[in-house]
Amino acid sequence: MITRSAAHSRVHRTFSRHLKVMVGVKRVIDYAVKIRVKPDKSGVETANVKMSMNPFDEIAVEEAVRLKEKKVATEIIAMTVGPTAAQEQLRTALAMGADRAVHVVTDAETLPIHVAKLMKAVCEKESPDLVILGKQAIDDDSNQTGQMLAALMDWPQGAFASAVSIKDGGLEVTREVDGGLETLAMKLPAVITADLRLNEPRYATLPNIMKAKKKKIDKFTTDELGVELKQHLKVLSVEDPPKREGGAKVESVDELIDKLRNVAKVID
Amino acid sequence: MMLRALPPASASPTAALPRMATRAARSGMGCVPSQMGPRLMGVRSFSTDPLAAETLSPPPGEIYTSEHLAIQDSIRRFVQKEINPHVDQWEAAGIFPAKDLFRKYGALGFLGLTKPVENGGQALDFTYSVAAAEALGEADCGGVPMAIGVQTDMATPALARFGSADVRRQFLTPSVSGEMVACLGVSEVGAGSDVALLTTSATKDGDDYVINGGKMWTTNGEQADWMCCLLNTSPAASAAEVHTNKTMVCIPMDTRGVSVSPRLDKLGMRSSDTVQVTFENVRVPQAFRIGDEGKGFIYQMHQFQEERLFCAAGALRPMQKIIDETAAYCSQRQVFGKPVLANQAVRFKLAELKTEVEELRALLYRAVAKYTAGDDVTLLASMCKLKTGRLARRVSDSCLQYWGGMGYMNETRVSRFYRDHRLFSIGGGADEVMLEIICKLGGLAPQMKGKK
Ligand SMILES: Cc1cc2nc3c(=O)[nH]c(=O)nc-3n(C[C@H](O)[C@H](O)[C@H](O)COP(=O)(O)OP(=O)(O)OC[C@H]3O[C@@H](n4cnc5c(N)ncnc54)[C@H](O)[C@@H]3O)c2cc1C
Repeated sequence: MITRSAAHSRVHRTFSRHLKVMVGVKRVIDYAVKIRVKPDKSGVETANVKMSMNPFDEIAVEEAVRLKEKKVATEIIAMTVGPTAAQEQLRTALAMGADRAVHVVTDAETLPIHVAKLMKAVCEKESPDLVILGKQAIDDDSNQTGQMLAALMDWPQGAFASAVSIKDGGLEVTREVDGGLETLAMKLPAVITADLRLNEPRYATLPNIMKAKKKKIDKFTTDELGVELKQHLKVLSVEDPPKREGGAKVESVDELIDKLRNVAKVID
Repeated sequence: MMLRALPPASASPTAALPRMATRAARSGMGCVPSQMGPRLMGVRSFSTDPLAAETLSPPPGEIYTSEHLAIQDSIRRFVQKEINPHVDQWEAAGIFPAKDLFRKYGALGFLGLTKPVENGGQALDFTYSVAAAEALGEADCGGVPMAIGVQTDMATPALARFGSADVRRQFLTPSVSGEMVACLGVSEVGAGSDVALLTTSATKDGDDYVINGGKMWTTNGEQADWMCCLLNTSPAASAAEVHTNKTMVCIPMDTRGVSVSPRLDKLGMRSSDTVQVTFENVRVPQAFRIGDEGKGFIYQMHQFQEERLFCAAGALRPMQKIIDETAAYCSQRQVFGKPVLANQAVRFKLAELKTEVEELRALLYRAVAKYTAGDDVTLLASMCKLKTGRLARRVSDSCLQYWGGMGYMNETRVSRFYRDHRLFSIGGGADEVMLEIICKLGGLAPQMKGKK
């Protein structure tokens, strides 16, 4: 375990250059909204539904802002792939403390591989030293983009980070794995994805919200970045989860085991 | 009483600019909703600042830009984290820690939305107060949002607009940062609806005022550091003079001669401390006066407009929430073999209430858009306040009914709002007072012979 101040001085020594952090921000249906499936089962209803920043991305932004407050990072770029309205989520990231933003504007359905390729294109333009993404988005729960980006860039990855520190000019990332914590050391540039326990995101202050609208958002189309959004998957149908049926009371442990074995068929 | 919306705080750095330009510059919007022609409605407008990211202007019929929405988001999070987990405890205690909470809320900047920049505010227009009031409606009680509203939109608007730089530095700056808690002293034992009848008086002695009298039902009174007090600085020689003998003065609550009663025991709004305040030869410098002597009544009537619009905005989210929670409860609660909500009478009632909440929202947004554009909205603000009081009572009463016995239990939110929302028809001007104003301004009052 290294102390914060030790991390500080070491970082200053190692990074005399500017340490640039890029964070991914996705516009998703707000976590508190009750999701409704469209009548034609083609997807979920998004019209007139409150949209927010993916909560794991908030954690990613928060981590970047904390790195900047610790003077480890000097610039934070928030990036999104999404419709014009996704600008609202970029604005939230800017209000939390990102310095500027990149918006890849598209109305198309995007798969993790598309987003990873677009992020690669932006990484090539911006050359960040560290990319922080959420571990997954709460809409499609894919949990792929960070890993794919790391592979495309051939950068080390630390997925599901629950703690991040700078050590010896590289990163030390603690991950929650089955049975405990795993600590990885990696060189920069790298990709990490934020787990729920990495930090608790701040609320944006009023002055920062007002400042955010003065910050720059660069816009690109997918064509400009040379990425073709080829659809590899076809959604056949989106359905509601099955309705919960009322439970039944059992008289004895034997009956319970019998039901589990023969009715629910969950044990044999 | 007809009033024009008054200019924004004089200390705002942009105060010298024409109103439209000011608003546009502040919000990054090219145009104001009420002034958009139909042709322009819904068209995205761009800021004149070439560096600025574009601001999405409100959709037709709405008043909020993306900045408003961002502010609401931040406030809602604050409420969910810093207020809601403690509400049960505060309700039981009959008080919430105003000092502590205001300091945290003030640190985020939200106590200073519309206040002058030199006092730590952001000099935004009133739409931002309304947005904040709506977001505070996320709270699980009415008392705490009301206490915050007293600080931001009831006790301080006149000070921000008319207070001298000195008096603002002394009382407004710390109220924006949250170091000081403010209260509003208008109502008295003998003067609630008829504000002009108040008898608290100040006589001059050297450079001081010597104040005697007292105030009743003072919100935040137990914890307040200062009071925005409306009092008489001269006796009213005639009936007409009751409107011109009043002055607004900032009174530090720790001044000798100020005494505060034990907390008053209330039906609702139990997280909020309400007291009676007595003044006995209370000596404060005349420099603590807000604006001009004799203009206090006018200032207060203006302050009431914002208070009433704030009240309407604050009621929207709780009403919406209660209706939705009632529907959710009624869809799982079984009666006679089917959910309560399967009864058309029940869900039609909820549908009607939901419709009325949207009616109130539309009226509010219209009033606010006109107000920020500089129009007089006394009539519309009074209608908003009346409708809020009436509707909040109907929503909480109707919804409580569908919860059956659970609705009568203190553990359900609907019963708390049933008690809390009862205030809206009384505080800040009773329904009947609003009706009188609507009669007068709406041409519904009889012409009295021999009276002007
Ligand atoms: C919880 C709470 C907090 C408060 N906080 C504050 C505060 O912070 N600062 C402050 O100054 N005041 C505060 N008040 C006081 C509040 O504004 C007054 O109670 C309100 O204005 C009504 O005045 P009143 O109680 O004197 O009622 P009265 O004036 O006695 O009126 C009684 C009733 O008479 C009826 N009535 C009045 N006028 C007419 C009319 N023209 N025609 C027909 N009927 C009429 C109405 O139904 C009214 O409710 C608070 C009150 C409460 C309950």
